[in-house]
Amino acid sequence: MDQSSFLYQALVYLTAAVVLVPLAKKAGLGSVLGYLVAGMVIGPAFLNLVGDSSDVMHAAEFGVVLMLFVIGLELEPRLLWKMRKPILGLGGLQVLCTMAIVMVLAMTMGYDWKISLAIGMIVAPSSTAIVLQTLQEKGLMKSEAGQSSFSVLLFQDIAVIPMLAILPLLGSGPTSPTNGSHQSSAWIDHQPAWIQTLLVLGAVVFIIFAGRKLVRPLLRMVAAARVREVFTATALLLVIGITLLMTQVGLSPALGTFLAGVVLADSEYRHELESDIEPFKGMLLGLFFIAIGASINFQLLMNLPVLLLGIVLGLMIVKGLVLFLLGRFFRLGTDQNLLFSLGLCQVGEFAFVLLSFSRQEQLISNEITDLIMAAVALSMALTPILFLLFERIIQPRVGTKQALEKAPDSIHEKNPVIIAGFGHFGNTVGRFLRANGIGCTVLDIDSDRVDFLRKFGFNVYYGDASRHDLLHAAGAADAKIILITIGDNEKRLEMIETIKKHFPHLQMMVRAADRTDAYDQMNAGMLHIYRENLDSSLRMGVDTLRLMGRRTYTATRAAQTFLRYDELAMKKLSSIRDPKQYINISREFIDELERIIQTDTHASDIGQQKGWDEESLIEEMKNPG
Amino acid sequence: MARILLLFTHPVLEKSRVHREFLKQIPRHDAITFHDLYETYPDFLIDVHKEKRLLLEHDIILFQFPFYWYSAPALLKHWMELVLEHGWAYGKKGTALSGKTWMNIITCGGSFEAYQPQGKNRRTVEEFCYQFEQSAHLCNMNYRNPYVIYGTHRLDTEMIQTEAIKYRQLLLNLLTEEPVTLNTLQI
Repeated sequence: MDQSSFLYQALVYLTAAVVLVPLAKKAGLGSVLGYLVAGMVIGPAFLNLVGDSSDVMHAAEFGVVLMLFVIGLELEPRLLWKMRKPILGLGGLQVLCTMAIVMVLAMTMGYDWKISLAIGMIVAPSSTAIVLQTLQEKGLMKSEAGQSSFSVLLFQDIAVIPMLAILPLLGSGPTSPTNGSHQSSAWIDHQPAWIQTLLVLGAVVFIIFAGRKLVRPLLRMVAAARVREVFTATALLLVIGITLLMTQVGLSPALGTFLAGVVLADSEYRHELESDIEPFKGMLLGLFFIAIGASINFQLLMNLPVLLLGIVLGLMIVKGLVLFLLGRFFRLGTDQNLLFSLGLCQVGEFAFVLLSFSRQEQLISNEITDLIMAAVALSMALTPILFLLFERIIQPRVGTKQALEKAPDSIHEKNPVIIAGFGHFGNTVGRFLRANGIGCTVLDIDSDRVDFLRKFGFNVYYGDASRHDLLHAAGAADAKIILITIGDNEKRLEMIETIKKHFPHLQMMVRAADRTDAYDQMNAGMLHIYRENLDSSLRMGVDTLRLMGRRTYTATRAAQTFLRYDELAMKKLSSIRDPKQYINISREFIDELERIIQTDTHASDIGQQKGWDEESLIEEMKNPG
Repeated sequence: MARILLLFTHPVLEKSRVHREFLKQIPRHDAITFHDLYETYPDFLIDVHKEKRLLLEHDIILFQFPFYWYSAPALLKHWMELVLEHGWAYGKKGTALSGKTWMNIITCGGSFEAYQPQGKNRRTVEEFCYQFEQSAHLCNMNYRNPYVIYGTHRLDTEMIQTEAIKYRQLLLNLLTEEPVTLNTLQI
């Protein structure tokens, strides 16, 4: 088999990932480190299974592009505003201080100020992927440290954009076409720097305009067609289109997709886009990290071990100190501050993006790039170990522990009730609960309805409610009850299985179209089943009885009795029912009805009220003794 | 001329021979309002606002019900709990019902003798009605002794007819009474 064949490469990469990522996670090291180690193992330093990994790296960079798109999507303006203080204060100061200190250090080592500034920008961001994932896995997101980390990471994510715009200005001149991993030698490479900067702004304006005026109607149209994979295709098309466009004008695709993400962040399709892109993003990012692992220059590490280790430790100490002092300044408790500064002191995956960008610009020499790349990868690899260190050694010894459940006005607070499907059935329940002050999160697949509900301030998620990622996005992990009120029974059963598997704590209330559905749901273990027409047809019965001259109270009681009896009969009949013996549904329905009607003759027994019945009393009085 | 509100409370009117005949004898008169609680509130969801307005618009409140377990059927108790609000019906500012008349019309299965100290019920209906008397007192209302029809279990059709006529006469007599002068329209 040809070594470079695509399938063989895929086999090697996937095997490495499948074997090593679960191992790394089990060891508490997090998946990013798992990918990195997998890369190292299959890379030239050890098994040398993949040869030159730069092709793969190049393909995997698309994962970074997708990641930036998702980050953009997650930047809700509302959320940004709510957290403006920590984001701007803590995050802004962290980036600026780190950049300044690293820049000064680099300059004292004799580098040009441009290169020093570039290095400062490269090492300032921390690893969103590693830190957020680790914090989430450890359940620390809602802690003070978690919230502060989140703010800083958010600012860093945004700060990457101006960094990408500034880097070309620092460049030493036009890129030669033979250099750099990007294929096209765009015409703007031959323009003066100020025109390039103008073009950056122009492209930004174009993406914002297109995102608002062209993409949204397109998404609406595609969503209306209700073919899910086409929506996924549209999402990918969007990202790939922007990537190509950006490369064409010589800009970073990551920048473009990030902007597109921000523009679409407040659109009704945000969650749908996010969960459609997510799997691709995850796979490619994994690949990206593997490629980085494989590209770590062990030769360099062997030759200059002291220098490399010095860089790694120096960087982490500088970043950690800046973070710790800022944490102090922003009044984090000691242990929270330690978690915060240890957690964020690595250099993040953005460094790889910025490095490859600056390499294209011929800003930093290949040697320094390799050195920094190895340092970044090592600092990332050390992060899980630092988390372990904090957890096992530092936290048990340091100061007061903060209850993590605190932070009541956290922005991550979720509604206790989720309503899946806001159609005829769901909207009545939803309005009822809302009127009684119960917070509900709504999931719905109808884009028009989603638009409409959002106008009225409902918290609505658009998409297929049977998908666990959407359920997760809607807060299923924190909710108490889910009302399954979507109209399609197959989907309902699918949802039930998904929820049983992923959110076993959620109490399910299920709508059923008819008895057959209800039986299916009983078999699926449901306790709270609500047949659509049961209550309203009985109410019709009550009014008919009234019009026939029965007392209203008597008719009402009769209906209540009948309802209870019918639920009982359902349970009884479900146990003797054998659906396999029926070939056609109508035959089953008739047989079922026959059994029901036969049982109905007992209904009056259940409903009999002897308390108000005076006949036996009268009888007794007539025949005393 | 007094305005009469007839609050009728019976969960199973279809089984009551006496009340059915009585209701037929209610005079058709603008000053008599017949209000069937179980028919209006089969789900016990009482419209308190409406009930208060009805009370304000009348001078004599008649509570007509069968005597269940020496008291009124459940819905009437429920009605009292919800409608006779503190600050409206009783309490320092609760003067809305002041001067109005409270009178029960009660049917008993047992005989007059059974409701005597020596009878099997050991107390009179008047004594059992002490809760209503005190409730009326608390609301500054004039409480009248109940109009009681005894031994309904033994009444034959003819006797029920006679009772029904007497009942009609009672209502007509009450109509001729003077209305309450003090009528503050407060809800």
